[in-house]
Amino acid sequence: MNIGTSTGTASPAGISRKRIYCMEEVCIGCRLCEIYCIAAHSKYKYDLVKTFKKMLKRPLPGIIVEEQKPVSFGLQCRHCQEPECVKSCITGAMKKDPVTGVVTNDAFRCIGCWTCILACPYGVIRRDEQEGKIASKCDFCIENNGEPACVKNCPNEALQIGLAWE
Amino acid sequence: MSLNLLMPEFIVDRNYERCIGCQVCVRQCANLVHYYDEEENRVFTDESNCVNCHRCACLCPTKAITIRRNPLEFKENANWTPRAIREIYKQAETGGILLTGMGNDRPYPVYWDHMLINASQVTNPSIDPLREPMELKTFLGGKPDVLRIKEGKLDEELPPQLELEIPVMFSAMSFGSISYNACEALARAASGTGIMWNTGEGGFHKNLRKYGSNTIVQVASGRFGVDPDYLEAGAAIEIKIGQGAKPGIGGHLPGEKVSSDISETRMIPAGSDAISPAPHHDIYSIEDLRQLIYSLKEATDYKKPVSVKIAAVHNVAAMCSGIARAGADIIAIDGYRGGTGAAPLRIRDNVGIPVEFALAAVDTRLREEGIRNRVSLVCAGGHKEQRRHYKSGGAGSGCRLYCPVCTDCHGMPYVPEVLHGQVQLGDCDAGPLVDKEAQPGNCFEKTYESS
Repeated sequence: MNIGTSTGTASPAGISRKRIYCMEEVCIGCRLCEIYCIAAHSKYKYDLVKTFKKMLKRPLPGIIVEEQKPVSFGLQCRHCQEPECVKSCITGAMKKDPVTGVVTNDAFRCIGCWTCILACPYGVIRRDEQEGKIASKCDFCIENNGEPACVKNCPNEALQIGLAWE
Repeated sequence: MSLNLLMPEFIVDRNYERCIGCQVCVRQCANLVHYYDEEENRVFTDESNCVNCHRCACLCPTKAITIRRNPLEFKENANWTPRAIREIYKQAETGGILLTGMGNDRPYPVYWDHMLINASQVTNPSIDPLREPMELKTFLGGKPDVLRIKEGKLDEELPPQLELEIPVMFSAMSFGSISYNACEALARAASGTGIMWNTGEGGFHKNLRKYGSNTIVQVASGRFGVDPDYLEAGAAIEIKIGQGAKPGIGGHLPGEKVSSDISETRMIPAGSDAISPAPHHDIYSIEDLRQLIYSLKEATDYKKPVSVKIAAVHNVAAMCSGIARAGADIIAIDGYRGGTGAAPLRIRDNVGIPVEFALAAVDTRLREEGIRNRVSLVCAGGHKEQRRHYKSGGAGSGCRLYCPVCTDCHGMPYVPEVLHGQVQLGDCDAGPLVDKEAQPGNCFEKTYESS
């Protein structure tokens, strides 16, 4: 794994892009990544108390902590080089940004057919049926300049931004 | 079950205006203090096991948790203090000898705090550390009686020396008493700072041997993990005779904690108790110690300094004189405030003398006998802050990992389902989950890679 900070750097191996990696050996399974992810994608943004006290319908977390004590790790969309979900999407809602390489789902176009869920090899897309049927997944916090809330708030630095070569 | 007189020591206050029910506290408490009630859809608290470690308070994303002392009072009695009463209750409840961790926590005087530091102003102009480098480099090891200089160079070879960038070292803490991640954190910090960490008698983990030039390997009464490679792997060898927190007492790592990794590193069968006897069974006199010092020197080709660590006790000066004459290069003195993974409470709180006095007594005695140059003195035992390090006179001092927690883990009832696995066995950082909390990378970049 190449841990670095820059992005979009061309190299003989291809383009390097930011990815979130979880260091399983130091993930303590506190699930704060999920909590902060929910808040970051709610209408109250980073206000945890308002998000959880006032919103009955909250966004689903884009990161899922897989756990079998003592092993635990946060897993979210890998933003694959050739995403199966994008290929399988029947409405064109699931898209991969050609510049950042981030795979996002357009809630307006998504019809909730769940084909992407079937196709995803990592099982990181969830059904969100709270307000209409849409597929919910990690969007790399693109609205927050690509600074993922989970990475920023991981108390043990288990989640880190690294570079992947595409 | 009879009535338990031990009431909770702390009260956990949860501000429900702020609590968002995320259950981070439930997942992170090692003592199962917090629990989630599905019917009420609320997180509740049973503080009887709370040790005030602050983990829930720190991790709570809305800072909804506060922990305070339980105001429940005992009837005032200058003789029967609440502490004494609680200890008796606890002893009655557990039926065993009270064990504890860390160093002496009684408010005994700290003599370092009664010393002030002199400074130079005129005869030696003061130094601006930002523009003029101040070197703190220290060499530990025996020095010759006379320095013979030929053509500007030393004429004879010095005995092996241990080079420290600053006169501070980590005290010995074994793998087993502390976790792998904690060991790695010490090793990385030591190599980043140019100082030494000490394996204790837990052996030298194979993954950490790359930090060997910043490692002191210990040979203690249990001889765990000792083989020729082990002796060669470190920068110096330490023979542990005694420990400040429990002078004259050995150690016991319960078999439950001896995982496959610890078993490989300590070279003992997995699951077997690791017992360190109180004495070395081959050392019953200074002459025996001399034999061990020289067999270790022989094994490492006289290239590594050999240190002897003893606890500060009343006849420490005479012992150090003997140790110096037995051929040690370094003497480490551990005062009564020194830390431990586990020691009987009464021993920790009542045995030993302050390292301040021990250091003065030893230094005076060795000077009187004209052998002070033969050994370097290292003083350890409860150096909590920089000023105390400084006041130990650059003699080289040791600091331990500070666990902010309970020092109470042995008094805890055995809870098999405790999340952190081995918390009730003491040194809770060795539990598989708590181990992960000691992330060696935390703060490392900030400290060593920002400049």
